[in-house]
Amino acid sequence: MTDATIAKPSGLGAGVRAVSDAVLPVVAVVAAIIGLWYLACIPMNIHTALTDAERAGAVVTPAGAAERRDMGGIGLALANTEIVPDVFSQERPRLPAPHQVGMELWKTTGEMVLTGRGFSKRSLLYHAWVTLSSTVLGFLIGTVAGVGLAIGIVHSRVMNMAVMPWAIASQTIPILAVAPMIIVVLNSVGVTGILPKALISAYLSFFPVAVGMVKGLRSPGAMQLDLLATYNASQAETFWKLRMPSSMPYFFTSMKIGMAAALVGAIVGEMPTGAVRGLGARLLAGSYYGQTVQIWSALFAAAILAAVLVGLIGLIQRAVLKKMGMAS
Amino acid sequence: MESDIAANGAAQVVSESSVIVADSLDLTFQTNDGPVQALRDVNLTINRGDFVSFIGPSGCGKTTFLRVVAALEHPTGGTISVNGMSPDEARRARAYGYVFQAAGLYPWRTIAKNIKLPLEIMGYSKESQEEHVARVLKLVDLEGFGEKFPWQLSGGMQQRASIARALAFDADILLMDEPFGALDEIVRDHLNEQLLALWERTGKTIGFVTHSIPEAVYLSTRIVVMSPRPGRITDVIESTLPLERPLDIRDTPEFLAIAHRVREGLRAGHAYDD
Ligand SMILES: Nc1ncnc2c1ncn2[C@@H]1O[C@H](COP(=O)(O)OP(=O)(O)OP(=O)(O)O)[C@@H](O)[C@H]1O
Ligand SMILES: [Mg+2]
Repeated sequence: MTDATIAKPSGLGAGVRAVSDAVLPVVAVVAAIIGLWYLACIPMNIHTALTDAERAGAVVTPAGAAERRDMGGIGLALANTEIVPDVFSQERPRLPAPHQVGMELWKTTGEMVLTGRGFSKRSLLYHAWVTLSSTVLGFLIGTVAGVGLAIGIVHSRVMNMAVMPWAIASQTIPILAVAPMIIVVLNSVGVTGILPKALISAYLSFFPVAVGMVKGLRSPGAMQLDLLATYNASQAETFWKLRMPSSMPYFFTSMKIGMAAALVGAIVGEMPTGAVRGLGARLLAGSYYGQTVQIWSALFAAAILAAVLVGLIGLIQRAVLKKMGMAS
Repeated sequence: MESDIAANGAAQVVSESSVIVADSLDLTFQTNDGPVQALRDVNLTINRGDFVSFIGPSGCGKTTFLRVVAALEHPTGGTISVNGMSPDEARRARAYGYVFQAAGLYPWRTIAKNIKLPLEIMGYSKESQEEHVARVLKLVDLEGFGEKFPWQLSGGMQQRASIARALAFDADILLMDEPFGALDEIVRDHLNEQLLALWERTGKTIGFVTHSIPEAVYLSTRIVVMSPRPGRITDVIESTLPLERPLDIRDTPEFLAIAHRVREGLRAGHAYDD
């Protein structure tokens, strides 16, 4: 009896170990990044911290902001160790400390929700929602366009040769240069609201979807195609019964890339023309007024949004492939 | 040697019972390294109900010949007819089932759904699809596996499922390209036995490519020996074995004599090569 209990590892213990095995590396990496981030704050912010301290009457070496301008941040920090803690609590730091960004994020999301102002114009949730809606709309347009193009390219030699170079060329044009033009042109013909932004998202997201789907639709081997040929299957039957199901894993992977691209497109689309809503507008406003903390919290909001959207596609991918019997 | 053919009276003359007739067939592939003559002057008549094996060293055109029959390749010279039609017409008439070397089942379809694939394309009704699936699953000894996905089956079972798929629609010609090549000896023996039983029950005409001399001799009513560069037929051996073939027939002198002749034929092909 006792032998058995000793020999068998406790179920609870094993479970905890499995979880900690999965979580520990993630926690370690995050901790390392935060540590490095705090360290980086010191040389980045020491100049302004010293200037502030000097103004407040502290003795710093060397005296005078002009004197220190060209000096290295690390050297200054070593020479003024007592001022170093100040670098983490600057009002307008070059690089805000993690806790400053975290607090700003909380202030503009959770705290506003708690006080019933979750959707006010000062709330990051509101801006995230604005960006999200045009991201998703643009992503849908881009995905439909990308899949449509891929189907054309796979089935028509002419389209393959005529469309692909243009698709590639379209992606070499810097989106930052085109985005304002798209917005201005569309506004001038009366198209306003989220559609112009969504079109920029679509412009960026159709490409990965098209490329991925071309690869996916071409993934069936010669043998699979020959098999259908012996059944005298039509092109449409070959598409629905072979090409389309074979392309599913590619489809989801390229949708993940497309979604991330669509988010970039939406943010870029919010920057020109004095937009006042959306994460892109927050970024731009932050940089106008030197509000680095606001910039960083908007950046993090965008990153979290991307993670959620891509994760969502991943969940759907899992469910669909599992239902198809193709889950690994 | 030819005079004592008893098996099924196959003869090299074109007649009513001829299913596949190849007449001075040539096929040259144009490749980047110049033309490759895969088939040269191939003359062969396959009769209804024949079990014909193709054997020969790698690159002698066995697969190519089967693909020409199935209209997957087109000859550059000579003529070939299938059921009195061109291969393309025969394909449109759904004259053959083709079994490839790899099972090639769709991973996203269950075994039953895989077998339904040709039936869906050929427009069978739902009920008759079910009927056909049940019938061929039984034929290849896979009853009860219809709802499994391919990855849940062993390689041999997958290959049987792919044979079932080729049998599901009522094509009277079955073309098989090294269907058992990747399987172990025991499974292969078992499948050979099953294939013979199936052939007897269905009366199909079978073209079968193999690298194994015992397999060819055990299964066939006729054995076509080929040699490479250019691919051509060097010998056609009529089997004198009875239709009833238990596995241990492979130890009889008669069997060994035929196997010996096949081996001689293969050797002669190689000698030409050097
Ligand atoms: N699509 C193709 N394009 C060019 N050459 C080809 C093509 N298919 C086959 N060949 C060539 O034709 C010749 C015969 O090929 P085939 O596949 O019929 O040989 P095989 O007898 O089936 O060989 P194995 O036993 O290895 O399967 C080879 O020399 C091969 O390289
Ligand atoms: Mg071959």
